[in-house]
Amino acid sequence: MAMRSKRRLVVDIIACDGRGLCAELLPELVHLDDWGYPIIDAEPFDDKLLPIVKRAVAACPVRALRVVEDAGEVRQRASR
Amino acid sequence: MTVVSRILPRDGRPKSLADHRAMFGAPDSSGEGGTDLIATVRAARLTGRGGASFPTATKLAAVAARSDRAPVVVINGCESEPASSKDKTLLRVVPHLVFDGAARAAAAVGARRVILVIERDRSSSMENARRAIAERATERGLPVELVEVPQRFVSGEEGAIVHHLNGGDAKPTATPPRIFERGVDGRPTLLSNVETFAHIAQIATFGAAWFREMGTADEPGTTLVTVSGAVHAPGVYEVPMGTSLRELVLTAGGATHRVAALLIGGYYGSWLSQASARDALLSNESLRPSGAGLGCGAVVVFPEGECGLHATADILAWLSGEIAGQCGPCVHGLPAIARATRALAAGAPGDAAVRLLHRWSAQLDGRGGCRMPDGAVRLVRSALAVFADDVARHSRGLPCPAPATQDLIRLPPPDPDRGWR
Repeated sequence: MAMRSKRRLVVDIIACDGRGLCAELLPELVHLDDWGYPIIDAEPFDDKLLPIVKRAVAACPVRALRVVEDAGEVRQRASR
Repeated sequence: MTVVSRILPRDGRPKSLADHRAMFGAPDSSGEGGTDLIATVRAARLTGRGGASFPTATKLAAVAARSDRAPVVVINGCESEPASSKDKTLLRVVPHLVFDGAARAAAAVGARRVILVIERDRSSSMENARRAIAERATERGLPVELVEVPQRFVSGEEGAIVHHLNGGDAKPTATPPRIFERGVDGRPTLLSNVETFAHIAQIATFGAAWFREMGTADEPGTTLVTVSGAVHAPGVYEVPMGTSLRELVLTAGGATHRVAALLIGGYYGSWLSQASARDALLSNESLRPSGAGLGCGAVVVFPEGECGLHATADILAWLSGEIAGQCGPCVHGLPAIARATRALAAGAPGDAAVRLLHRWSAQLDGRGGCRMPDGAVRLVRSALAVFADDVARHSRGLPCPAPATQDLIRLPPPDPDRGWR
């Protein structure tokens, strides 16, 4: 039985160049918007995907992808 | 009459330090403990008045908990929302109330620096702030440092301000770290809006129970609103949270025309139809079901006979010129949404523009490094819903019978020379 971890894939959208490799390597979690930038599944991913997630993270030419583990971090909304 | 006067004096005249001390007394030097202030602010249920309505005590506690390095307090006076002028008003009239609140907060979190940031190119604001800061030099306590930030909408965002204070461009940065972890000079940073600090000062002096005597149970206290558009007496008013929008319009002298809609939260806010506004209150709880929120408290009264789609297209064109240009979705998506809204307003036949606007809104929501695209999406979605009749008429290829005749949406002129430092 596949276990769901609390791992999520996130993109640093400031660093992202929109090359689109992630969507090719990982269509399970990533698709592209109309301008070629990744839209990533916000939910934690299935642990069995971890190897190919790691491959996509390593393949990003601008190192914009990373895996985060949710651990009840304090979240603070941006204020202006 | 709904107008009250807690943080904003009725006469609206600038208060010197001597005036201020005569009105509110000397600062309590008995040393109200830091945790006491945080507990009092928590009991008061104060939320930030800059737009996000985040619980202020949670912010204070998060910064106070980082005991590794002395934190920094930043008073955000950028107020880059063009429809809002309440923070400029507070800084002009009661700067010392704002500074007292920042001093209280600094004591509570153990900060040793207080920085006021305001937008460049507002020379009178700058002079007023300098004068008030100089007056305080005669008192004990932390000096207030003054820093100018470029006049751009996105530069008022907390990450952009911190990056600017650290020597970088005034553009939002990647998170984490959040600024309460590592902010100015790598230190835990408490950044709140000007009005929020004014409320902190009064809560520290008069207590949580007093604060909650006005407002609603969930959203207590008073708030400043900037009312503009089709009203007889546009301006900044202090009203209790939970005041009805109908009363608010009357407070601003009443509407000059039949009202079609209200723009709540300024140009970064959302449209509310007159039908929804009729029974709505000035509170997030009341506005949430309509998809709106208080935001920074700016309210634009929009009359019948004007085109909400043209107004929305104007605002979106302005917003897309205010972006930092760092994130693909914003760089491409905001101009695209602005163009499609303009095409719709101009009477582009077919409903291709409407379909694209819904599609792009879904794609862009929550995808920026900051919340810039979220605001554009909220605005355009609310416009499509509230001005549905106009949308239907325009998408049949019929442009507006009447172009804008009133000066309802006031946008700062573009300034190609402004930089990011």
